[in-house]
Amino acid sequence: MIKAQQLTKKYGTTVALGNVSFQVDEGELFGFIGPDGAGKSTLFRLLTSLLLPSSGKVELFGLDTVKDYKKIREITGYMPGRFSLYPDLSVEENLDFFATVFGTSIQENYHIIHDVYSHIEPFKTRLAGKLSGGMKQKLALSCALIHNPRVLVLDEPTTGVDAVSRKEFWELLRSLKSKGITIIVSTPYMDEAGLCDRVALIHHGRLLTVDKPGAITSSYEKQILGIVADNTYKLLDSLRKYPDVLHAYAFGQQVHYTGRKASADLNNMRAYLGQCGHKDVQIMQIKAGIEDVFIDLVQDRQG
Amino acid sequence: MVKKFGGFTANHNLNFEVYKGEVFGFLGANGAGKTTAMRILCGLSVPTSGEINVAGYNVYTHAEKIKQNIGYMSQKFSLYEDLTVEENFRFFAGVYKVPPKEIKPRMEETLTNLELLNHRKKLIASLPLGWKQKLAFGVATFHNPGIVFLDEPTSGVDPVARRNFWEQIFKTAERGITVFVTTHYMDEAEYCHRVSIMDQGRIVALDTPQSLKDKYGVDTIFDLFIKIVRQ
Amino acid sequence: MKRFRAFIIKEFRHLFRDWRTAIVLFTIPLIQLMLFGYVITTEIKNARIAILDFSNDEITHQITNKLLASGYFILDAGLKSIDEVEPAFQKGKIKEVIVFEPDFGQKLIKTNKASIQILTDASDPNMASLLDTYTRSIIVSFQNELNKNQPQGKHIITEFRMFYNEGLRSAYMFVPGTMAMILMLISALMTSVSIAREKEMGTMEILLVSPLKPSQIILGKLIPYMALAFADMLVILLIGHVVFGVPVRGNLLLLIGTGTLFILLALSLGVLISTIARTQQVAMIISLIGLMLPTILLSGFIFPIENMPEILQWFSVIMPPRWFLSAIKDIMLKGAGISYVWDNLLIMAFMMLFFILLSIKKFKTRLE
Repeated sequence: MIKAQQLTKKYGTTVALGNVSFQVDEGELFGFIGPDGAGKSTLFRLLTSLLLPSSGKVELFGLDTVKDYKKIREITGYMPGRFSLYPDLSVEENLDFFATVFGTSIQENYHIIHDVYSHIEPFKTRLAGKLSGGMKQKLALSCALIHNPRVLVLDEPTTGVDAVSRKEFWELLRSLKSKGITIIVSTPYMDEAGLCDRVALIHHGRLLTVDKPGAITSSYEKQILGIVADNTYKLLDSLRKYPDVLHAYAFGQQVHYTGRKASADLNNMRAYLGQCGHKDVQIMQIKAGIEDVFIDLVQDRQG
Repeated sequence: MVKKFGGFTANHNLNFEVYKGEVFGFLGANGAGKTTAMRILCGLSVPTSGEINVAGYNVYTHAEKIKQNIGYMSQKFSLYEDLTVEENFRFFAGVYKVPPKEIKPRMEETLTNLELLNHRKKLIASLPLGWKQKLAFGVATFHNPGIVFLDEPTSGVDPVARRNFWEQIFKTAERGITVFVTTHYMDEAEYCHRVSIMDQGRIVALDTPQSLKDKYGVDTIFDLFIKIVRQ
Repeated sequence: MKRFRAFIIKEFRHLFRDWRTAIVLFTIPLIQLMLFGYVITTEIKNARIAILDFSNDEITHQITNKLLASGYFILDAGLKSIDEVEPAFQKGKIKEVIVFEPDFGQKLIKTNKASIQILTDASDPNMASLLDTYTRSIIVSFQNELNKNQPQGKHIITEFRMFYNEGLRSAYMFVPGTMAMILMLISALMTSVSIAREKEMGTMEILLVSPLKPSQIILGKLIPYMALAFADMLVILLIGHVVFGVPVRGNLLLLIGTGTLFILLALSLGVLISTIARTQQVAMIISLIGLMLPTILLSGFIFPIENMPEILQWFSVIMPPRWFLSAIKDIMLKGAGISYVWDNLLIMAFMMLFFILLSIKKFKTRLE
């Protein structure tokens, strides 16, 4: 179990992370979702004992990141945000190095990394620097896993990786989770929230909410209208000028509209959009997605 | 368009047209050959064969002309961090020979548009990522290029800033500037007028997002992408 | 131990996989030595000399002819008085003046002793010392010919005097100097850059969260470069000795020991730099400007410390290469034993200890 209490990290007067508390259960796949600069990397470095908190504390399986950092380093597998393997060493040399450093060997823990490593094993003599993006991530994950850690801390493993490789990567994480490894992962892609057991939305160094992804979206109370018309960009402009609007953002070819009232007068809106010259207008009530919630929470804080 | 590196073919016979004022999404897996193709279109790399015209200029004979008539922005290099907003604009305006008299009014107009006029004296390094990317886009389109190439412009940007960014893209397209964009956010692909999907050096799909979804019987571009690339 | 070994294997892989750098590291000492070796001429041909012959007898003529016949010297002028020596040097053409004392031949025959003065323009110290060596050897061979079949040996006393640079910085300075430079380059620069590279690539984060101890990380970084520096030191000594004839008069073990101490000192400096520098670029700039330039300029390698302004002389005291250079110069050229150089060694040892303690204090097991 991982437990953070009132965790704060300041650099001078800048608060990188402010009063963050959360708890991750053993065997959980827990996601921190937020954009660059939200404080995800700082949080992960605090978790892996690489940074000292300004105040508050974190415990991993009862071990304090400040006092027991040596023990923590033995039970965590960490994958930093950047590709951080040796590009001038081959796939196998990288893996072998990290295995030995953690006092084990590839043979000994092959069963743990097999699912991940088997994808790149055919290229084991290739230099790590020459792998494609998706393969680099898999090698980095293999290296983080090689010592059979109890908890995996993965900082933005899927950033800059194409949608297919991302999907595969998440499938790998699910299979690791099924082996009982606790996984903490961060991502800027909101659509990956649904793949976690629980997620924390993080923005400007603060947690906006922590819950199961389904619960976050289903407990969202505001009404969201999905509106389509012939010209999305002009539609957006018109909706922002609609008297009752709270906010309106493009989501794919739809515009997601949130009003100030609990429920909008659809007839009135249709008439308004007609006046603005929009054609083929369709309005439907839709369920909120994680991104809708995130935008709303962020706007709430700023408003 | 064909591009070979020794025995390796990065681009197999790509055939496509992008129209003036269009927002064209250029999607593909990592290593599918997108970057190679973009480089050729920007006049940075010579194709092995094929007939290619960008902004009305031939890539073999008029690469320099092309460079003057395009804008380029990537997620990696955008602006000089140690210069202010205004200094960055002035520098790039100079590079693209924007008439000196026009620089100030046009810069103010652009910054007003981006809602960043009050921050023009600030160092780029001090701004949040979303603003930087918006500014980089403003700089890339400052000289009114025929086409602007955007390479993963919104990587890591928060959802609100990402949408603001896309609104800027549409405003720019309305001005008649063609936008050629790559992204890993599949929801962004849905904003594009048309998208192409590359896989292993070939364009395997090219149409409006809606027609592609209808054709493959999927609900989202994400599903479409997975379906096409996994085949 | 296994971990540590894995680390060192990895370091050697980095070193050899980046074959360009590896080649450069091994060839730099060669190129440096060759450069210095040829810029500072080791061969004399047609050097212009003047003769001031107060005796003007048969023997002085014989010696003069023998000198000129060697092909090394060309007679530029015959001088009449000692006052003409200085102006002759100042014109810059003449590199050496040979002065025969009055009644040279008679003295040699009667007393078996006579003196020749060799005056050289030592503004080019290397040239001056070469001229002296050549002249002397010719005079000695003449003396041997004279003494053939003679029971009582005649002795020609040669007095050597230099103009303009009377202390004469040894011409052989470039071998110790190059050694100081190369050892500094490999030990301090390469080590700090290689540690900074791990920080820059983000691999340092992974190493820190691993069970590797910080001391293992640092030592693992040091050992390959230590080996490389040690090999380079031997190469430089060998080439210096074989190609350029730089003598090793003192104890070879003491010499190598001193070199090793300097390598360790430079390594500790490299570690210190890497605790400050976050990127390879910064590490390189600090090493080059903070270490290489002072090594070249302030250690007495190129400019004699005695001729420096007083402030710079004080400054040179804190330059590690200064102590190294003066120690190995004494060992190599003067054959000094440990009783002569122990103070230099002690200073170096203290410097090393200081840098190590400072590095330990600065090196963190965390990121900040």
